[in-house]
Amino acid sequence: MTNTEIYDKLKSAFGEKIGEWHEQTGTEYMKRMSSYADVADSGYIRDVCLYLRDEPELGFDSLLLLSSLDNGDKTLSVTYHLESREKKQFIALKVTVPENNAVVPSVTDVWSHANWHEREAWDMMGIKFLGHPDMRRILLDEDWIGHPLRKEYKHPDFYRGMKVPY
Amino acid sequence: MGLLEKQDNPFESSNIVITGADTLLNWARLSSMWMMGFGLACCAIEMMAASASHYDIGRFGVIPRPSPRQSDVIIISGTVTLKMATRTKILYEQMPDPKYVISMGSCSNCGGPYWEHGYHVLKGVDRVIPVDVYVPGCPPRPEALLEGLIKVQEKVRKQSLAKTVV
Amino acid sequence: MAEVLDRKMQTLPVPVKVVPAEKIEPNRLRTEEMVLNVGPQHPSTHGVLRLEAVLDGELVIDVVPFLGYLHRCFEKHSEAMTYPQVIPYVDRMDYLAPMNGELGYALAVERMMNIELPEKVEYIRVLFNELQRIASHLVAVGTFGMDAGAFTPFLYCFRDREDVLEIFEKTCGARLLYNYIWVGGLSHDLHPDVLGMCRAFVKKSRATHKEVNELLTFNKIFVERAANIGVLPADVAINGGASGPMLRGSGVKWDLRRNDPYSIYDRFEFDIPVGTGMMGTLGDCFDRHWVRMCEWEQSLNIIEQILEKFPQNDKTDVQKAVPKRIKPAAGEIYSRVETARGELGYYIVSKDDIKPWRVKVRSPAFVNLSLLPIISRGYLMADLIVILGSVDIVLGEVDR
Repeated sequence: MTNTEIYDKLKSAFGEKIGEWHEQTGTEYMKRMSSYADVADSGYIRDVCLYLRDEPELGFDSLLLLSSLDNGDKTLSVTYHLESREKKQFIALKVTVPENNAVVPSVTDVWSHANWHEREAWDMMGIKFLGHPDMRRILLDEDWIGHPLRKEYKHPDFYRGMKVPY
Repeated sequence: MGLLEKQDNPFESSNIVITGADTLLNWARLSSMWMMGFGLACCAIEMMAASASHYDIGRFGVIPRPSPRQSDVIIISGTVTLKMATRTKILYEQMPDPKYVISMGSCSNCGGPYWEHGYHVLKGVDRVIPVDVYVPGCPPRPEALLEGLIKVQEKVRKQSLAKTVV
Repeated sequence: MAEVLDRKMQTLPVPVKVVPAEKIEPNRLRTEEMVLNVGPQHPSTHGVLRLEAVLDGELVIDVVPFLGYLHRCFEKHSEAMTYPQVIPYVDRMDYLAPMNGELGYALAVERMMNIELPEKVEYIRVLFNELQRIASHLVAVGTFGMDAGAFTPFLYCFRDREDVLEIFEKTCGARLLYNYIWVGGLSHDLHPDVLGMCRAFVKKSRATHKEVNELLTFNKIFVERAANIGVLPADVAINGGASGPMLRGSGVKWDLRRNDPYSIYDRFEFDIPVGTGMMGTLGDCFDRHWVRMCEWEQSLNIIEQILEKFPQNDKTDVQKAVPKRIKPAAGEIYSRVETARGELGYYIVSKDDIKPWRVKVRSPAFVNLSLLPIISRGYLMADLIVILGSVDIVLGEVDR
């Protein structure tokens, strides 16, 4: 199935919880791999992922990447790239949440390595994942202040007595 | 004639050598500097290549030791991040005197390519521990590391047991 | 406990069931769990990785990895640099296989901009990628042997690696971090001696491959240390996102060069080695090591085919297709390549500017390392080091 057909199937299963389809124009590869569906209601992302994994026609058994994105207009997004190996299908999903209330359900029990990807999204971007078994920073120390990959992040001057800027 | 001045077999004519205590001790120390290979990042691979047979740091008497308590020289090879800097200081303090530090690579000299936007990179390991020799390069060739080691050996050769009173 | 002792006393190749942590019966002495901190400075952690091992005597109950000791803010840098300026930073992420990483990034941006490459450039890229794969596997195999206690294969592997690094140095001037594969081309043309050096290297490397097999792979001590250790079942591997030799060691035949071909890999014939459980259980450390040894051989086959088919008298400029201004249109792309460690993916978001808006890297070592707690429960502490060696992590990639 092409990814537009999968989007239609999702839309018929979930109704208005699935938002628009953003097709990447440019090259064939981009259209196939990176066109994404907005999941309008961020609370349902886990159900959508379970549906994509467990439906026999779809069978998305691997999560390729879970990444966080700062859109620049006070919203943050989480993008999920999924692949079905046997059926050679791809789909991408995107969830957008406001910056001051960035909460998204966790998909750790759907694909187990989402655990670490979500911890990194919390560490770098400040998006909290509900239902995550171990929500703490993974790359930076626990006493680090701020979320570095946000666009308005300012580098700290001192950290534990060490001067940070050059 | 002293031990180090006789080029051919010093014990051919007699079995008594006369030299200074400083010279003898320094010669013994510099010929067997045991290193704690503190391999952090890419420079660690060049340090491993220096320990392998092609460049062979072992012919200088350098044996890699896993523990700081058994080593004379620590080679900081790679980027020191803020999280690692506290641990580096602890390791340096665990080394017994007399100890020497070789900072290998531009990341540990001055922050390297991460000097501008690296919020988590320590811009030079000399912000936490005193450094004896800086070896430039990104990464430095194994021969450059050997040159750095020779410079430390020269420093050891000039040291003295007697305290100088200024 | 008695079952685990029995396991060590049985002779191979009887497949043995591993005792999971819940079923271990406590012995009659009252014992407590001990937390042992491995690293960040440790000779066997392949870099700065900290593991907190919860032990019951010598038995591992749980392992918790702590990362971030080499977090060098790659993603923040990539937002501040122009597209070509990101390539040296990409090098420094997976510093054992930088050519593979550069190819992944260059391919991602070229796919966004629809750039057509000259034939010669494609051939050179694939040649250097395969040489780099061999160099990376040499380090992996050498350090894996060192973790199990064998020092000599490490020296043999590094001796061969010097030849590969000399080829790279002749071409682009750098031994380790090249900045060679640019968006739309290469930084330097091939030196005239390089193809001859590659031919000589292939011949020499086949002899070393046979030597390392005899010395290490089929050595009874090594087999005893690596077989039946760290078993990763195939379904756990797929759900856990494993890729590369970690996934192929569990019997899953999945290689991006065959299943999602990029560049000119579809013109070459090569096998995809998978683990078969030949010395123990399917998916153990020996299988992963075996996959790496076979991939070394397959890469040599690919290099031979490249040397036959190489466009010898092609005088095109390698920088012909490099655009004057790299400014992709607004959009996103997820592009992936198969590196020595697994699937390396780049998620690039561009907002029609000369600098990327976001570059997110899906690094194979990060995902493979997340499986370490699952595969090391119930084994001994010494086995934990061997398991970590078989995962083949590069901390620059894990922490970015």
